[in-house]
Amino acid sequence: MTPLLEPAAKAPAFIVCDGNEAAAWAVALARVEMVAVYPITPQSSLVEYLAKLVADGTLDAEIVDAEGEHSVLSVLQGAALAGARTYTATCGPGLAFMFEPYLRQPGLRLPMVMSLVTRDTLTPQSVWGGHQDAMSVREVGWIQMYCETVQEVLDTVIMGYRIAEHRDVMLPVNVCHDGNYLSFGATRVDLPAQSDVDAFLGKPNVNWHAALDPARPMAVDPLTGGAGGPGPRTFVKYRKGHCAGMQNALAVITEAHADWARHTGRQHAPLVERYRMDDALLALVTIGSMTGAGKDAIDAARERGIPIGLVKVKTYRPFPTEAIVGALAGVRAVGVVDRSVSFGWNCGPLYQDVAGALGRAGRQVPSMSFIGGLAGADLTTDHFGGVVERVRQLAKDGRSGPTVWINEND
Amino acid sequence: MKKQAYPFFDTTGVPDDLCPIAVRPNPMLPGEWRSMKPVVDRAKCVKCAVCWVYCPVQCVVEKPAWFDIDYTTCKGCGICATECPHRAIAMVEEAA
Repeated sequence: MTPLLEPAAKAPAFIVCDGNEAAAWAVALARVEMVAVYPITPQSSLVEYLAKLVADGTLDAEIVDAEGEHSVLSVLQGAALAGARTYTATCGPGLAFMFEPYLRQPGLRLPMVMSLVTRDTLTPQSVWGGHQDAMSVREVGWIQMYCETVQEVLDTVIMGYRIAEHRDVMLPVNVCHDGNYLSFGATRVDLPAQSDVDAFLGKPNVNWHAALDPARPMAVDPLTGGAGGPGPRTFVKYRKGHCAGMQNALAVITEAHADWARHTGRQHAPLVERYRMDDALLALVTIGSMTGAGKDAIDAARERGIPIGLVKVKTYRPFPTEAIVGALAGVRAVGVVDRSVSFGWNCGPLYQDVAGALGRAGRQVPSMSFIGGLAGADLTTDHFGGVVERVRQLAKDGRSGPTVWINEND
Repeated sequence: MKKQAYPFFDTTGVPDDLCPIAVRPNPMLPGEWRSMKPVVDRAKCVKCAVCWVYCPVQCVVEKPAWFDIDYTTCKGCGICATECPHRAIAMVEEAA
């Protein structure tokens, strides 16, 4: 390993911080070598924390203050092709501006971790949290994992490198943490020992397959496809390879979470978490920080004797179809709570995926879509109490209704 | 003899369904696809070397009393003809 400024000596055992600072500490512990950034609410303080960690020598990385997000990711693609472990964070309009290189990153099979400090998209004008930005890019071939807690943000950013750089995967990872609720919510966070992170991640080798390297001269991403010659089959080969990498990620994510638990003692559910699902006849499905309030509502319902549990989706892309179908085996009604909108289906995107997974498995389960927490709106235990009641009703009469907009009357 | 492309280096061990890369250089040289070629008029050339300085691919070669062009690597861009202060270089269409 290259000589470093001994971050281990500077990293405390625990700190009280918000999700943005936790992500920055994870970047330092992962020994990221190149960071490029452009600030945008609610990610801005994350950039400031990174700059501070570089300035005080804790993070031995090159930091590029680019003129915009399009350049941010282009800079990092060059760095990754030259062999560097890279990181950035963005959200909302910044992610939109980054879209062209964002599309290219997974096709280049360049591993990196990018935090999406999720924010609702324009318009209406809004600077607050919501999953709409991340959900809008759910089908372009990045791995997406959604965090529930600030601790999970730190742990997942580090795990993200292990997953992204795995040779069976070789894909970029978005670690999504909810704008406002996780980005600015402060809590105690345990920092892993530097030696544990080093052992867990190993030395990066992100350009063994495609490189800017005088010793291995090559053209990266030459024109591929078209109707003639080997074009069609060559293009299909790369698309199928990308899909295979995504599917391989399911096992790699699971293995990385298990190994992380061995190193740190902290076990996060890798694909989906089952909460009080063992004897559940009803289920809620949640994603992101709303899950905390959801679990409290489940506890309250259980005290009243309602046999309900909760399934939290951590890994959203690739979609853990088998894990979802398995977690929902035996339930008689499902309510899926989204923090974003699928305009094409008039429901939440996670609902679409859950309904699709159950349908493909041949399971006919009454289900309903709930959308809440848009543009910074709170999702409280009372809101979830209402969802629980609606799902009970659904199990009784089997009649699904139109999408419920949770904050409609707030 | 037919020109053969050869890989720059061994890519064994790199799956061919990851990132598209090209490691076989095209064996064609610029002289094989050039459309216009510079022709030096030796009577006008004073060997000032302006063409030599400006040529982007360094295909201008020095002769005893004039500068000439290496037609294997000249791509026919015409910068030398434009820059020549004595109008000693003319761009001539290649035969079809």
